[in-house]
Amino acid sequence: MAFLSNLINGLSLGSIYAIIALGYTMVYGIAKMLNFAHGDVIMIGAYVSFVSIYSLGTPPLLALLIAMCVCTILGVVIERLAYRPLRSAASLAVLITAIGVSYLLQNIALLLWTANTKVYPSIVEFEPLHFGGLTITGETIVSILACIVIMVGLTLFTGKTKTGKAMRAVSENRQAAELMGISVNRTITITFAIGSALAAVAGVLYCSMYPVLIPTTGSIPGIKAFTAAVLGGIGSIPGTLVGGLLLGIIEIFGKAYINQELSDAIVFAVLIIILLVKPNGLMGKKVTEKV
Amino acid sequence: MRLWKSKTSRQNLITLASVMIVFSVFFVLNNNGVLSRSLSGQLIPICVYIIMALSLNLTVGILGELSLGHAGFMSVGAFSGVIAVSFLGNYIGNPILLMVVAIIIGGLLAALTGFLIGIPVLRLRGDYLAIVTLAFGEIIKNILNCLYITIDDAGHLHAAMFDSSSLPGKFIINGPQGAKIPARLSTFGLGFVLVMIVLIIIMNFVHSKEGRAIKAIRDNSIAAESVGLNITAYKMKAFVISAAMAGMAGVLFAMNYSAIEAKKFNFNTSISVLVMVVLGGMGNLRGSIIAAIILTVLPELLRGFDDYRMLIYALVLILVMVLGSNVRFQQFKISISKKMKGIFKRKEAASK
Repeated sequence: MAFLSNLINGLSLGSIYAIIALGYTMVYGIAKMLNFAHGDVIMIGAYVSFVSIYSLGTPPLLALLIAMCVCTILGVVIERLAYRPLRSAASLAVLITAIGVSYLLQNIALLLWTANTKVYPSIVEFEPLHFGGLTITGETIVSILACIVIMVGLTLFTGKTKTGKAMRAVSENRQAAELMGISVNRTITITFAIGSALAAVAGVLYCSMYPVLIPTTGSIPGIKAFTAAVLGGIGSIPGTLVGGLLLGIIEIFGKAYINQELSDAIVFAVLIIILLVKPNGLMGKKVTEKV
Repeated sequence: MRLWKSKTSRQNLITLASVMIVFSVFFVLNNNGVLSRSLSGQLIPICVYIIMALSLNLTVGILGELSLGHAGFMSVGAFSGVIAVSFLGNYIGNPILLMVVAIIIGGLLAALTGFLIGIPVLRLRGDYLAIVTLAFGEIIKNILNCLYITIDDAGHLHAAMFDSSSLPGKFIINGPQGAKIPARLSTFGLGFVLVMIVLIIIMNFVHSKEGRAIKAIRDNSIAAESVGLNITAYKMKAFVISAAMAGMAGVLFAMNYSAIEAKKFNFNTSISVLVMVVLGGMGNLRGSIIAAIILTVLPELLRGFDDYRMLIYALVLILVMVLGSNVRFQQFKISISKKMKGIFKRKEAASK
């Protein structure tokens, strides 16, 4: 029974990692950059929803919507001001800028909401379900459901809609896409908007599950979700799901059966082993190098 | 005078001389008590971060591989240095000799770690390599967090993971609470000597046969391989040297405090060293030194604006990066520097 409950906890944590990892994977696939500030957008989303529930007294669902709107705007503004001027710069310059944006967001949060720990109220109002000795909390169900809905929605979006196809085209070959009349800048902006809105959802869910909110809340799940994206094969949506779930399960099992302190080390060790066997991740495309 | 004729040697000599002059000035000022307390407390961290930036520059700037786990090597050096000092303290009386031995041991263990990590890491490329170095940095931090080492009255070392209850004697490393340092052995003089040694080694390495091979691999690995260079061996050499230097910096860093925790050597530390390398210019040793000094002293100088300190730092970082790749700003910079040169030339002509 303990095994089953750990598995379910792992799946729900993994679902949240997968939702965050989508933001990393889409941005990497299309703009070819590691967006280190993504984790901090999660944190901003969590703070905005917290303020909206506590100070404005909005119902949780409305708070989630407000957080998504704020994060979407934030993502687009960051892309426009910090990343777009560097479109043709060296990848390391973009990476350092992303780190700068990450510090900036953390310090803005520090000034606005201070370093004091805020106890986040869960937005899920269901009673936990009981099956015999097994208890499944409302947060678990909601995060797994949210992950499934988002995955299906995003797969349909990139597969069927015109914008989605444009996104795939840009990630395949930016110059060719531009020649076909696709606006690369607009596509990248849309990618950032979607990724940041998903980050808000992830932030709300993550803080509902682990109710500690400080300005650096986003960095650890951010790094782990990025690991999940690489694990599954960066740039691939199903790979992100697999990577996220695998990471969540490994982390919870590591904590339960091996050692609380060492669970992060185990997660990273699995990443290293998988990358050695499959250098492009579990479901990543193999890129052949031309001389 | 042959040294003076080659351009690179001349540049190297200028760098060495200016570092020596700047450090000597600091040394004299510090001895006469002119420096403020907070600034003289920064002297050893400055040396540490110069070594860290120089060694990371070897990996990122000269080898061309992005490493996000450099603080991991620093922590290996720091913790093994602490163990060495605690253990050898009974046998070696002279504090400087003890410190030198500790620095060598720290460097060697960090080099060994670098070698073991390099085997899997250097097979990967680009961003995948970066994420794996990040992963290794976190793994080292987590392992050190669970490590317990004690020393008993007979001077024997005892080690355990996770559980410290069975260990006899005094703690040297106490899991998440970190390591206790028996004596603060770091001095500015030692730091200065270490900076000079590291600088000379890297300069010579870059201009040796190995250094040229490594730069060829950075610029085009396929072409380098096709002329018969053993890519893995050369990459490994640079990676291990870089790790060893970070380990030595770690010993110097640890011995400047009374206690250190593994938490201190986290992802943020790796990133701040990387920022020094990038702001100083990739592959540019002089730039790394200047950036390391400025970025170590700057937070101290901004103490007055405590709340806004990191905010300013973040904004400066973004602005430097964005302006650095802005074509119009670059043209503006070039035209300004041309004008400046013009002014100097006119003055020279006038004085003649």
